[in-house]
Formats: sequence, C-alpha cells, structure tokens
Amino acid sequence: MKHLKLIFIACLLLLPVPGHAADDGYGYPIPGSYEASIIGTPASLIPEFPAKIRTRELVLHIFPDRQVPPIFFYEDALHCTFAYQKQKAPLVFLIGGAGANDRTSNLLTMMKAFYQAGFHVITLPSPSTSNFIVSASQSGVPGDLTEDANDLYRAMEAAWKQVEGDIEVSSFNMAGYSLGATQAAFVAKLDGERRVFNFRRVLMINPSVSLYNSVTRIENMLKEIPGGPKKQGVFFNRMLTKFSQYYHYGNFVAINENFIYSIYAEKLFSHEETAGLIGLSYRIGLAGMVFSSDVVTNSGYVVPKNRVLSPNDSLFDYFLVSSHLSFFDYFNEYLYPYFQKQRPGLTKQEYIASLDLRSIEGYLKSSAKFGVMTNENDFILTKAELDYLRQLFGERAKIYPRGGHLGNLEYKENLAYMVAFFK
Amino acid sequence: MMTVTRCRVGRTILALMLSLSFAGCAATGMNTRPEIPPMHSIDEVRDQRFADVADPWEGFNRRIYRFNFYFDKYLFLPVVNSYEFITPTFLQERISSFYNNIGEVKNLTNSLFQLKGTESATTLGRFVTNSTVGLGGLFDPATKFGLERHDEDFGKTLGYWGAGSGPYLVLPIFGPSSLRDAGGLAVDTGISYGIYTGIDPFGSVNYGYLYDYGIVALDEIDARHQQSFRYYESGYPFEYYMVRFFIHEKREIESGKPLTAE
Repeated sequence: MKHLKLIFIACLLLLPVPGHAADDGYGYPIPGSYEASIIGTPASLIPEFPAKIRTRELVLHIFPDRQVPPIFFYEDALHCTFAYQKQKAPLVFLIGGAGANDRTSNLLTMMKAFYQAGFHVITLPSPSTSNFIVSASQSGVPGDLTEDANDLYRAMEAAWKQVEGDIEVSSFNMAGYSLGATQAAFVAKLDGERRVFNFRRVLMINPSVSLYNSVTRIENMLKEIPGGPKKQGVFFNRMLTKFSQYYHYGNFVAINENFIYSIYAEKLFSHEETAGLIGLSYRIGLAGMVFSSDVVTNSGYVVPKNRVLSPNDSLFDYFLVSSHLSFFDYFNEYLYPYFQKQRPGLTKQEYIASLDLRSIEGYLKSSAKFGVMTNENDFILTKAELDYLRQLFGERAKIYPRGGHLGNLEYKENLAYMVAFFK
Repeated sequence: MMTVTRCRVGRTILALMLSLSFAGCAATGMNTRPEIPPMHSIDEVRDQRFADVADPWEGFNRRIYRFNFYFDKYLFLPVVNSYEFITPTFLQERISSFYNNIGEVKNLTNSLFQLKGTESATTLGRFVTNSTVGLGGLFDPATKFGLERHDEDFGKTLGYWGAGSGPYLVLPIFGPSSLRDAGGLAVDTGISYGIYTGIDPFGSVNYGYLYDYGIVALDEIDARHQQSFRYYESGYPFEYYMVRFFIHEKREIESGKPLTAE
C-alpha cells in the first residue's frame, strides 16, 4: 500500500483520533478496513522510540559479476539496514510487503521496536522491488514463493556474513508482513533443510494464505470504478480534482495531518472510490515490478526486446503501459510461462496451488516456531482463509478485531505483541 | 611554458573524450541486435494519461537528478551523517528550531506579499514568541500556544497572484522544483541576503566572513538533516515520475492556484 500512502502524502503523521466506542478492549481506533489500511496508525498511538539508534547500511554484492542494465546504475548492490546492540542479543530479520524497501516506514518502526527491546535487526528489501530484482534475484522474475525464498535466503546469508564479526548473536529469528509474511514461511522451510540459521521463531504479520486469491481480491477493487481498470487514468484524475477542490473549499494550512484526517472524517471518498484507490496504488506498485523484471530479463514484455535504455531516456510510456496491466496479465503471460518452461508439465492450477501456505501446511503444522498476527477485517483474506489460519496455528494465531491490511502494524499494542513473541 | 602545458592538458582531455566515445561505440556495437516490438505497448492504452506533469526538459532534469544522487552520496550525506554523529540530539533539535525560526522571516514577507492579514499576524506572533520566550528561536513554544506555522515562499506568492508553475525543473543540490519556484527561490534568497547584510552580525569581528560562511553551511546541513528524502532509494523504477507528480501537485494545491475544471 506504499504508493497509495504516497498519493495522500501520508508519510505525514496524523492527529489523535477520538477513541473508538467498541467495547472490545482493543484501542486501535479506525473501524473501516480500507480506511485503516490507507491511514495507518495515528501518530499519538505509535510508541516513542530512542532518537539515536546504532544503525549501519549494508551494501551487499550478491552477484559480483552481474552486469547491471544502464538505467539501473543506482541498483548495483542490495541495500539492507542493520541495527545492532553492543552485547549478545537475538537477531531478527525483517521482510516487508510488496514494493517495500529496507527503509520503508513500517519496517523502520518495527526495527526501532525490536532494537528498543534489545534485539539486533536486519531489514531486507522485498523481492518485488527493483533493488532486489536487479541485484539479488537469480532469475529476475519475482513472484514465485520458492525461488523468492531462495533469493532471500542467499541475501540473508550475505548480510550475516558481513556483520558476524561485529556482533554476538544468541538466536536467529524472522518476521515479515503482507507478501513478506508469506515469503517468510517459505524461507523458514528452506532453512529447515539448509540449517544456516535454525530460526528459533518466525512471525507472519497480515500474510496471504493464497497469493493468487489475495491478488484477485485486490484486482476486484478496481472493477468498482466507472469503466473498470482500463480507465484508471480517468479515475485517478477525477479523484485528484476532488482532492484539490476539497483543499480549496476548506480552510487548510497545508497538505498535512489535519487535512488528511479531515478527508477521512468527512468521507470525501466513497467506499467504492476508496477501494479503487487501493487497487490503483497496488497497480502502480506492480507496474514497477513488471517493468524492472522485463528490463533485467530482456523478455520484450513492455520494453522492446534488445533495447538498451539509457539513464536519461523517458520511461513515462512504460509507466502507463505497465500500470494498465493486471496481475493476471503478468501471471498468464509472464510468470507462469517462465516456470512452465523450467518445470515441464506444470499446470496452471498446480502452479497457483504452489503459491499458497497450504502447499507447505505439513511443515507449518509440525513446527512450533511459527506465529501469525492478522486482523478480522484484512481484505486480502476470505473468511475461510482466516479460519484456516486460526485452525492451523491455534493459540499462536493472534487475530485483532480491526486494522484492515497492515493499518494497525505500528499501533503500540501490536508492536508490543510482536516483541513479546520473540522474547 | 604555459601554452605547452595547456596544450598537453587539452590533448589529454581530447584523447580521453575520444577513447570514451569509442568505448561507447564498442559497447553499443555489441548491442546491435535488432529490436523486437514488445507484447504490450502504449498503442493499446485507451485512457487518460495520469500523474503527468509538463516536463519538456526531462532529459536535462534526469541528468541533474542523477547528479544530485551522486552529490548526496559522495559529499552531502557523508557530511550530514557526520554532523548527526557528533552532535547530541538535543543540540540538533535546537539548531533546527533556530533556523526554522529564521525561516519565519521569509514566511512573513510572503504572506504580506499575498495580503493575508490573519496569516501574517500569526507568523509575526510566532516569530516574536519564539525569538523571546523561545530563547532566540532555540525552542518553539508558539506551536504549543496554538500559533500554527504557515510555510510561504516567493514561488507560492507568484502562484497566488496567478502565475503558472511553468515546466518542471530539477535544480542542482536544491532538487525538484519548477521554473516559477526556481525564480521564487532566487528572490527569497536575495531578500534573506539583503536583510542579513543589513544587520551584518559579524561586521565588526575579525574574519567575520568566516562566521557568515559557517552560518550558511550549517543552514544547508540542517536543511538536509531535516529532509529524509533520498534519491533512488524507493526501489521503484518510476520514482522520478512519482517525485515529480507529488512535488508538482503539492505546490499546485498549496499555492492556491484556481482549479481548472476537468
């Protein structure tokens, strides 16, 4: 949801929201699933962290001999952020959701919470970012959980190699959110075979059960807009006009916390429009992944095959083309054919089933190291999938009554639970 | 002697340029495989363009964007990081607060230029409060008293009086802007310079200009310290367009330019 937040310039903090009346003892205030996902946690409900944290940027050359395409001259190495204690402590690897880099605000908040509680932390970019695709992905084709897990594991080993001389570690742990949560399960399974880290505990925050189902639900949100997803540009421009007119009719000082809060309080956007904006922001993020992968693999998908783009070339048409492609286009025309070539006989149904926690259910059940944390109203899960998580993880499943998709991730109670899970 | 040296330097540069351009030929020579049209192209998009901004100088802007990335990487950010490392957080906050308070002068002149009465009074109130009770701007009690900060600059003033933003422009070091706002920045800098030389706080001090340079340098370091944006950090290949769109739209909306109907 990173890009939608950007659309609202909502890296800004929010005003305290009046307490929610629901009598369930849970203090996260925003009841709506979509609204929570967009607005996140009001600033006053995020805990305070120490101002100075011992951190270092890790620059990892995973494939030193790889030639980086000229337009990705700035992605010559994988960037991770490392926060460290002076004394012996457990280490937590953190993996973000689709489009999240190592300094995405959600990840940094988690990093600070873990650091404050005495952990070493390493945050990794998601395999869906151009940074990861260019510098750390073996195939350059993101979206396959098994291969993404291989790439992530290689990156974690490289990160660990770079810091092992400087810190003392008592145990290795891992947490991921959204796409990163589902990936974490596959990384843990791989670790069970490779045994480099022997992860002690693994926490999955707002995971997908089935990637394909979750993405289908997000894609459906775009169907609500007039003319459907093919007219997302018209929709975007209309929403933008609405946004700026609202600013001019109100008496606002700047596009800041008060303004954003007011949009939410006055319900400027309808339920369908809010859904459309979430779907659109997802598409804008997906466009970056599709384009990056196409450039790296020279597949001729949106960029002419064999064209070498220079750093000063305009990419705007590629942006428009890629953002009008759905996940199904990417899946049917790019991802699935790629893996079908490698695994002859693989049917589409089998492939979809492999992008699913249920495909490693036996392993997840057999290990007590896993925990899951999600919300009753997370829109990437169906009721059946939520029940599945409950039944699979039992008391290690923590389900909050609201928060949408990741809306309550920075809420103090949620952070406290995360930290306690690894204690 | 001079001419000989100059000639030699010239020849070396020429040789270097030639070898570089030949290297370029060799590099592209390896990539002369014919292009094959992609599976999806712009012809199939039947929709309005979106998140688009007038950017006729995109090639130039992208070069400067790239220059800023390197400038940050090799000079600016290492300096800022050292500053953050050696300066206690409390002191960093006081320094930010001090410069933010000086910035109120720019806010005041421009809200006056826009004939915004209440806003000018608020800004003046903030400046007076923070300069006195806030110990010369080191603290910001005005915000606690309910006096909200109104950021203004000459670019916004021009926008308020109806000037369009003009083409998008990425400035060296200062970063994303527009033709109008770049002009505004020059005017604001001129006014600040005028006021500063009028007061001339170190005029009677030996080597006073060194203090002047120090004040300007610390101002720049503090400004970068307060700004968390990092070039090419997003992991998003269309970052240039996202930045362009957000900066442009935020300025458009906040400068109070009347809206055009869709």
